Amino acid sequence: MRSLRKRNPVVFLPLWLTYVFFYTPIVVVIAMSFNAGSSAYTWEGFSLKWYGTLAGNADVLKGLGNTIIVALGTTLVSTVLGTLLGVGLARYTRSKILEALGTMPAILPELMLAIGLIIFYASVNFTLGLHSVLLAHMTFGIPLVAVVVRVRLASMDMSLEEASRDLGAGPVPTFLRITLPGLLPGIAAGALLAFTFSLDEFVLAFFTAAPTEPTLPIVIYSMIRFGVTPDINALATILLTVSFTAVLAVQRMTRLTESFK
Amino acid sequence: MTLLSIAGVSRNFGDVQALADVTLDIRQGEFFALLGPSGCGKTTLLRILAGFEFPDRGAVRLDGADLLAQAAHRRPVNLMFQSYALFPHMTVAKNVAYGLERERLPRAEIKTRVSEVLETVGLTALAGRRPAQLSGGQQQRVALARAIVKRPRLLLLDEPLSALDKKVRAEMQLELKRLQHEVGITFVVVTHDQEEAMSLADRIAVMDSGRVEQVDAPVALYERPRTRFVADFIGANNLFPGTVTGGGFEVPGLGPLPCKTDLPNGTAVLAVRPERIRLGDPGRGAADGTVADVSFYGGISHIAVDVAGHDRKVLVATQGPARITPGAQVGLTWNPDDAVLVPA
Amino acid sequence: MSRRSGRTLARLVFLGPGLIALVTLAVVPMILTLSFMFLKRGRFNGVIYEFTTENFTRLMDPLYLGVIGNSVQIAGTVTLLALLLGYPTAYAIAQLSPKWKTIALIAIMLPFWTNFLIRIYAWIILLSGPGLVNSTLTGVGLIDKPLEFLYNEGTVVVGLLYGYLSLMVLPIYSAVERVDPRLREASANLGATPLRTFLSVTLPLTLPSALIGCVLVFVPSFGNYVVPELLGGGHAIMLGNVIRDQFLKARDWPFGATLSLVMILITLALMLLQALASRRSRHA
Repeated sequence: MRSLRKRNPVVFLPLWLTYVFFYTPIVVVIAMSFNAGSSAYTWEGFSLKWYGTLAGNADVLKGLGNTIIVALGTTLVSTVLGTLLGVGLARYTRSKILEALGTMPAILPELMLAIGLIIFYASVNFTLGLHSVLLAHMTFGIPLVAVVVRVRLASMDMSLEEASRDLGAGPVPTFLRITLPGLLPGIAAGALLAFTFSLDEFVLAFFTAAPTEPTLPIVIYSMIRFGVTPDINALATILLTVSFTAVLAVQRMTRLTESFK
Repeated sequence: MTLLSIAGVSRNFGDVQALADVTLDIRQGEFFALLGPSGCGKTTLLRILAGFEFPDRGAVRLDGADLLAQAAHRRPVNLMFQSYALFPHMTVAKNVAYGLERERLPRAEIKTRVSEVLETVGLTALAGRRPAQLSGGQQQRVALARAIVKRPRLLLLDEPLSALDKKVRAEMQLELKRLQHEVGITFVVVTHDQEEAMSLADRIAVMDSGRVEQVDAPVALYERPRTRFVADFIGANNLFPGTVTGGGFEVPGLGPLPCKTDLPNGTAVLAVRPERIRLGDPGRGAADGTVADVSFYGGISHIAVDVAGHDRKVLVATQGPARITPGAQVGLTWNPDDAVLVPA
Repeated sequence: MSRRSGRTLARLVFLGPGLIALVTLAVVPMILTLSFMFLKRGRFNGVIYEFTTENFTRLMDPLYLGVIGNSVQIAGTVTLLALLLGYPTAYAIAQLSPKWKTIALIAIMLPFWTNFLIRIYAWIILLSGPGLVNSTLTGVGLIDKPLEFLYNEGTVVVGLLYGYLSLMVLPIYSAVERVDPRLREASANLGATPLRTFLSVTLPLTLPSALIGCVLVFVPSFGNYVVPELLGGGHAIMLGNVIRDQFLKARDWPFGATLSLVMILITLALMLLQALASRRSRHA
């Protein structure tokens, strides 16, 4: 039918609207980070000086260091546990309850998890520090990796695993020699997503961090609350770049968009 | 000598009964086939033998030992998958060696056996290739080699020829038979294609809706079906429902039809093959009818006859071109010994 | 090893560690929180282990009920807007050629994976007195002096929409993609205009996913406190803000826990509704 092929340009209007909506603020922030003047609003020429100021900001550097430590730690543990969980849910159980347990934490509002955790930590007299944030981030990291692994697993041919078992390999050797190699891109993608999430996560960190050891988002939050200064723009631009790169890398690795089709 | 005995195996999936009280024996060294339409349970039975499914009830014994108690990876049973399931990240040689490595055999022995079996299936030259670089037929040989090299007591093949195109299929059919003879392993083939089953197997179990209808050699299945389903499923057949009464078989609206009455009184179905029916003058035969259609298939003619009192056209097959035209009145006769009675 | 115990061991190895971690870090804390509802507040912090129902009576205060209602209203507005903008967007993406589809989807996902705070900050820049929006409007001559875009409920709605619109677009896009093109062709063949085809074929089939999108947008919007705090400036108090204040300022943990229960219940109720609605439509 001819009429279906001709795509009415009006259809694409909402799409453009969304993109303008999404990217105008981002573009403005990035542009302003190169602003020579000290106002965050009026353009006074091109300059990289705010990146310089940023590099000298002790709070920011400390927050960055802490954030990276937490993110790396969370990613490591979440990837291992999340992969195992993802495989387990896909292959070793049909229970809806377990499935819900494995994915629910990621769906609940972060505030709920954060509240729960500080109550929990207080009840067991757990001293706060980077480790308490790391544990908190795992509540999101594990389901995240598990879901990505499951998606990847679903597209993998189950008969390969059956063939392996048929030929004499038990469940664990089958997993190591057959399932894992095929899963690797999915695991890498999940790890990267978990890392990115931890890097940017604010609410859980805010409640579970020790006051003396903030993460970068906490530092940013303070900076925003106390007024808009130009070096925030520079920081924002850097973070945006990191996130963009990560998402593009994930897409490369797994063709993430395929799972939506 | 019985290798595998399946006794009273049943399996339900929710409301669906995949297998209902299946009992059969498979003999050492034979080429056995499970034949039936999709949904008949043959694949479920195969997976139970391989160890990927478990029956709700029943027992399976291999060489006298309980097979169900063993995990899939410990059974002396190997499966050739319909999709071949070759490991994509390994070469042909590695694929074939995989099962032997699981047995922790010395490297030298593995090497020897792998090259032996590759030669048997004719793939020595391709040992270093990856599955993605092979044709369908070649991939299948790798799958076969991978299973055979372990010298299992039982080799299961899931629809082995369905993925191949016609010419390759004919070649593989001969290959499989030759292989089975050479290697001496008991083969069990699962298929929905009766030509495949009839040409490959020594004995066939015809299945329908989770039940075994009949187990017999191909010729016996064809000439002496024992249930209505088998009579209808195997080849083309003419079926006449009627009643057995005191020494004869009566069809309402047609009268008595010639057959061997070896069933007790009651309802039954008469089955007579198209090639066993002779056309003659009307009034002289078991039933009369009008020729509806004549088709010539080269060596054989198919004649469809409308018979009053029977709802389907009777199919008659004769050698060579038929000298009869549509509209002609004919009488149908056959030898009573050529007609089989099956339960209704 | 018999097959049964082998399988159980495998189950334990794979499911065990992850689930234990999640139960300890998410489920147990939840249960603790809920149990706090029945306890009295401690003098400086924490709780006194005495049973009380005063938290529930306090909840019935119109002040708090108003906040809850307000939060539902704000989250609802955000969801509605997300649906109105997100559905056509998702539909549009589905009409693109495969190459552009991938690019378009990435472009939708990218903002979602960047720092939430940064994105809100970007809006502060845009909407504040000397910000870009105002300066553009004054520059063009539409207004004389800068408008107060920031620090009201509308800004909060915009901020939440910005944060969670992607979550509406993606599931709807999946659903639109999955609609069998032959159904649409059959409809056109039978004489339906593109609009009619959309209403009779595409829309009903994608409704369940639209519902999922709504839940995905409503839940984090409803439970948010960062956006109201930074963009609302005190003029938009949502449940999240109140809960946070109870825990960090007023240090009344039991009452905070009670409010949390309300939040969880409303969240779960919504997810349940969505599950029921989609099951009903699947059987229809």
